[in-house]
Formats: sequence, structure tokens, C-alpha cells
Amino acid sequence: MLTFVALASVLLLGIVPEQTEAISIYTGWERHALLGSDVRLSCSFFSWRGTSDDVTFSWTYRPDGSRDSISIFHYTSGQAYVDNKGPFRDRVEFVGNPGKRDGSILIKNLDYNDNGTFTCDAKNPPDIVGRPSSVRLLVFETVPIQAGVITGAIIGVVLGLLVLIVVIYYLMRFLVARRVFSLSVSKHGKKKREGTPARQGPVPTADPTKVKAASSEKKKQESRKDKK
Amino acid sequence: MLLILLGVLVMHLIILILLIVSTAASTWSVGGDRTTDLWYTCTNSNGGYHCKPAISEDWLQAVQALMILSLLFCFFSLIAFLFQLFKLVKGGRFFFTAIFQILASVFVMCAAIIYTVMSPDDGSVKFGYAYVLAWVSFPLTLISGLIYIVLRKKE
Repeated sequence: MLTFVALASVLLLGIVPEQTEAISIYTGWERHALLGSDVRLSCSFFSWRGTSDDVTFSWTYRPDGSRDSISIFHYTSGQAYVDNKGPFRDRVEFVGNPGKRDGSILIKNLDYNDNGTFTCDAKNPPDIVGRPSSVRLLVFETVPIQAGVITGAIIGVVLGLLVLIVVIYYLMRFLVARRVFSLSVSKHGKKKREGTPARQGPVPTADPTKVKAASSEKKKQESRKDKK
Repeated sequence: MLLILLGVLVMHLIILILLIVSTAASTWSVGGDRTTDLWYTCTNSNGGYHCKPAISEDWLQAVQALMILSLLFCFFSLIAFLFQLFKLVKGGRFFFTAIFQILASVFVMCAAIIYTVMSPDDGSVKFGYAYVLAWVSFPLTLISGLIYIVLRKKE
């Protein structure tokens, strides 16, 4: 009985992982690039098996509005083969690291005709079942603002202002708490006001505007106390 | 007194939920099979349900930011309300709560106005429920803020 269970578990462990294996390929979703610049299209994969020596990468290109794909890059048996006849002739360079499961390519000197979808297909024998992943290339004259930049900026500025206002508020209350002490002393006589800086130490110099602000804060606090 | 407080709290929670739904649901515009904005534009074509990120234009990002800010300020106002409920002295006003709530209403108003003016003018595209919820939560938030200004802590 026990041997039967052991055999069954070994068989299950042996069978199940192989059925769930499938290679997962990752590229970006969209790439924005400037006219005339270079763009790096990244492609990496995840496989349950270790990276074999026969790993292959293929990149195909489908122009916007067309149904045909052409192959522009192929890496196999440790050798990279780039496009030497098509629209990307002499413009494709292999910048990936197959040992690190990276099959990225660099496309140089972009043109408006390069708008389209680039598909990366990676195979890691014996793990060959997988879905190729596509990245869309958009070529601009001037790169538009990326999604989320303005959103983040507005939120950051408003929250920063909020924090600043709260900090200033509590700072003013703290300063007034110290000034109230010096103001009540000054009521006894103007002569003593010259004396207080020496006694109090690091008190800010008496600005007329600051004195007004401090006195108005004091009035606010008194009115609050009256309401209570 | 307790009844009033409970009513005000329930209203505040309803407003918060409305703002959450309006901000999170991507149905500010609907047309045909497509629901679009604020975050995704999803199509229900024959292949299935496909969603891709919404257009990254300046005005849409401003609307996103203002909706998120109004949601945050409504949440801060709720926290301030609960805080001031226990910490405020007798007869005090819910000052911070009112300020945050009114700011939230101003932000929702700005977001709704910007979206109304700048959304692309297609014949078949109408405004969806998330847009309606944004406009509904603007007067509710304003009224709630004004109630907080008038409200005094009695006991």
C-alpha cells in the first residue's frame, strides 16, 4: 500500500510540472521614440527549465495598417542574424544577453515608416510552447507628455502645499506662544522691549508686519477663547 | 444631537463612496461598444473585452489628478471630523473638516468642468454614470462642508 502511494506520488510529481510548463515572454506595451533616435526594444522570457544552449529569439515586424509580418532578427545557436534586405537593413543590432534570458534589439535612426508592431518570440528547447509578445513602436517629432506625469505633478504640488500650510500654521502658533510672553512684557513699558531680546535670546527681530501678524493671531486666540 | 451627528456622518460616507466609484470606474464616456476614460478605454468587440490605457492628454491627466485630490480631501475631512469629534471643546466649530470638505467639492467641480469642456465631441458618444456621479457629488460635498461650518459641538 505504502509503495503504491509512493509510486503514485513520484509519477504525479514527474508528470504534473511538465504539463504546466509554458514559456512566458515579456516585452513592453508601447515604446515612444523621437524621429532619428535609437530605440531599444526589450524582450525577456521566463522558463521553468534552465536556459539551454539552443535558445532562440525571433523578432518580426508588422507595419501599422498592414497584415503581413516580416522577420527582422533571429538569434540561434549562439549567432545573431539581422535584417540585411528589408526596411531595417543595417539598422538592427543585438544588445541582449541570451545567457540572462534577454533578447533585446536596438533599432537605430528611426523614421515614420517604422511605426508598427514588433513581436518577440523566444524558444528555450524543450520549452517551446508560449505566446509571442508584441510591443508597439510610435515615432514622434516631439515626445508627448507621458501618461501620469501631469497627474502626479498636480497631486504632488497640492499635497505639498497642504503640508506646507499646516507646518506654517503650527509654526506661527508656536512663535506666537513665545511672542505672547514678550508682548505682555512690553505692555509694562516701551523701554523694556529693548531689554527683552537680551533676556529671551533667539527671538526674531521685531518686524512691524510680524508684530501685526502676531497681534492678530493673539486676537484670534482670544476670540476663540471667548467663544468657548 | 446624536441623530444629527449620525446623519452627517452617513452623508459623508455616502459622498466618499460616490467619489470612489466615480474615480475608479472607467465609464466617463460611453458610446456604442466602447466605454472610455478616466483610466482605460475598453471595447467590447467580437473578439472579447479589450482594454487599453486611456489617452495621455494634458486635460485628462488634470481631471485624473483633481478627482484623486477630491477623494483624498474627502477622506482627510472624514479623519478630521472623527478627530475633532473627540478633541474639540464645547461649542467649537468643525473648522478643518469644513475646509477639507469644501476643497474636495471645489476639486470635483473643476474636474467635472474640465471633462465637460474638453471631452472629444463625437456624435455617438454620451456621458456615462461615473461622470454623472461626479456632478452629483459636487453639490453634496458643498452642502456637507457648509453643514460642518454651521455645526457646533454641544456635548
